[in-house]
Amino acid sequence: MQDEVAFGGGLLNLLPRPMGAAMTAVLEQLLNGAQFGVMLFLMAAGLTLIFGIMNLINLAHGSLYMAGAYVAAATFAASGSFLLALLAALAAAVALGAAIEIVVFRTLYDREHLDQVLATFGLILFFNELVRMIWGATALYMQVPAFLAGHVELLSGSPYPTYRLAVIGAGLAVALLLHLLIARTRIGMLIRAGASNRAMVDALGVNVTLLYTLVFALGAALAAFAGAMAGPIFTVESGMGESVLILAFVVIVIGGIGSLRGAFVAALLVGIVDAMGRAFLRPLLASFMSHATADNAGPALASMLIYILMAAILLIRPQGLFPPRGR
Amino acid sequence: MSVARRSLVIGVSLAALAVAPAIALAAGEPFYVTLLTRIMIFAIAALSLDLILGYGGLVSFGHAAYLGIGAYAVGILAFHGITSGPLQFAVAILASAAAAAMIGAVSLRTSGVYFIMITLAFAQMLYFLAESLNIYGGDDGLNITQPSNFGRLVDLGDPATLYYVVLAVLLVLLLLTRQLINSRFGLLVQGVKSNERRMAALGFPTFRYKLAAFILSGTICGLAGALFANLTLFCSPAIMHWTRSGEIMMMVILGGMGSLFGPVLGAALYLLLETLLSGATEHWQAILGPILVLVVLFSRSGFFGMLTGERTTRGRADG
Repeated sequence: MQDEVAFGGGLLNLLPRPMGAAMTAVLEQLLNGAQFGVMLFLMAAGLTLIFGIMNLINLAHGSLYMAGAYVAAATFAASGSFLLALLAALAAAVALGAAIEIVVFRTLYDREHLDQVLATFGLILFFNELVRMIWGATALYMQVPAFLAGHVELLSGSPYPTYRLAVIGAGLAVALLLHLLIARTRIGMLIRAGASNRAMVDALGVNVTLLYTLVFALGAALAAFAGAMAGPIFTVESGMGESVLILAFVVIVIGGIGSLRGAFVAALLVGIVDAMGRAFLRPLLASFMSHATADNAGPALASMLIYILMAAILLIRPQGLFPPRGR
Repeated sequence: MSVARRSLVIGVSLAALAVAPAIALAAGEPFYVTLLTRIMIFAIAALSLDLILGYGGLVSFGHAAYLGIGAYAVGILAFHGITSGPLQFAVAILASAAAAAMIGAVSLRTSGVYFIMITLAFAQMLYFLAESLNIYGGDDGLNITQPSNFGRLVDLGDPATLYYVVLAVLLVLLLLTRQLINSRFGLLVQGVKSNERRMAALGFPTFRYKLAAFILSGTICGLAGALFANLTLFCSPAIMHWTRSGEIMMMVILGGMGSLFGPVLGAALYLLLETLLSGATEHWQAILGPILVLVVLFSRSGFFGMLTGERTTRGRADG
């Protein structure tokens, strides 16, 4: 109890601003975290669907994210239309996803996970080099579209970029659509059935081969959507997909592999914890240790925070927060 | 027959390694001494992974982390002016053992694809930790001004001496690990790989055996990292980049997992291929990537298995 008082007091002492400003800073970081979280969810959703149904671990999912970002940035620069850029990114990723599913993954479904990891590792090397060959080694920068360029006043007089709010909105909308697709449509029913018993779905006469390609294309579209939206926020460069991919792994491990609900909750949790850690850990540490130590320990601890969170959750629940039933 | 071929392959490879520096130096190509040292260091790392991957069935996708811990132990101590070789190597070994114990304790509670992702995530955590350590160079890395000091007799700064030290370490580890896998402990770990439930039902504490194997593997890899720091006289977060973990795993598969000597050949094959391709074109990864995919898809036994005519231990998925 006493600790908590010291903790809160310390945090506020550090921010030599009125209470309102501290609240705004927290709100800002919450939004940053939510924005990163919905992007992680889009990545994690595809991964967890593909794993749940095909029992496939796909490292090259990050390449689809990267492909989405590159195609969107290039199309936007050429045409000036953000909508066209989004559509081009989705179309390219769906085509690419379906192509690699047919060429590579079909032979990998009944292989052990080790083979899947290694083959998709080879694919990553290839795709990272391919974008360097097409677009060069230097990073691309994508502009924020004009209609989302401004800022929105949050509480009192603190501007927040409209684009980031739009990303949160779009991410939540896609999450809702995905939920409806899985829970309410015939395709969704087949996907759920495929996840719980593949052999049975196959025996009932469903074209499982086609279903797999469809699910893969859906995952690719989600990844490309995340990549395209990330374009104006991060730099578009070769290898950009992997850091997001590994965080998406952390998300599905925390959420429970195969669970969309788990992925959603865990993605927001990871996004927000990460943003909060990066913003407030250093000042928090500085309130009870020397500034030099805090300057070193703060960023180090912040960069480890979500992995520590993952370890803590795994110690309590080894199967994640929402373990899928019957697996 | 097969045993004879096996001995022949191992004997020829080791004999080649023993005389290689003399030939390279006589031919005026000291670059090859460095390349071969690098290959043997990665052979040690791949051997350490093979112990748990090939014999324990534990797909650790984060072995680059221990390589990094070993290298940073040497680098950080040297940065603070402590150059004693025995001390640096002791710290490297203890630190990587401690890290493997912590990572193993959490990740071994899970299995299958969870295990792969969690080991990857922890390695990434240590990568970001190294990147955020600004006193030790952060992203730019840390120059090591002098190699580990083992007195006047062994000067690791001399490429040929370092070469033979690494070769000796590799040989000792090959012998020790061969003893180990045929020991009671080794047989238990292999038993856990083929049927963990049955081993548990027989009354063996399987978690403890897996953890011990995991720690041993991480420790050997940490030793490789300390040697690597002496080769490059530099350490940076790039040592533990996640692709490095993939490369080490690829070396094991290329050479043939579950064969101890296979990973040595795998490390040689991978690094020679990399050197050859990167010399030929700037976009060598666009060629290496598809080669790796094809190897995984179509080669059921590693290079060592091909040479010795032995069948592989790599099997099909069981869900």
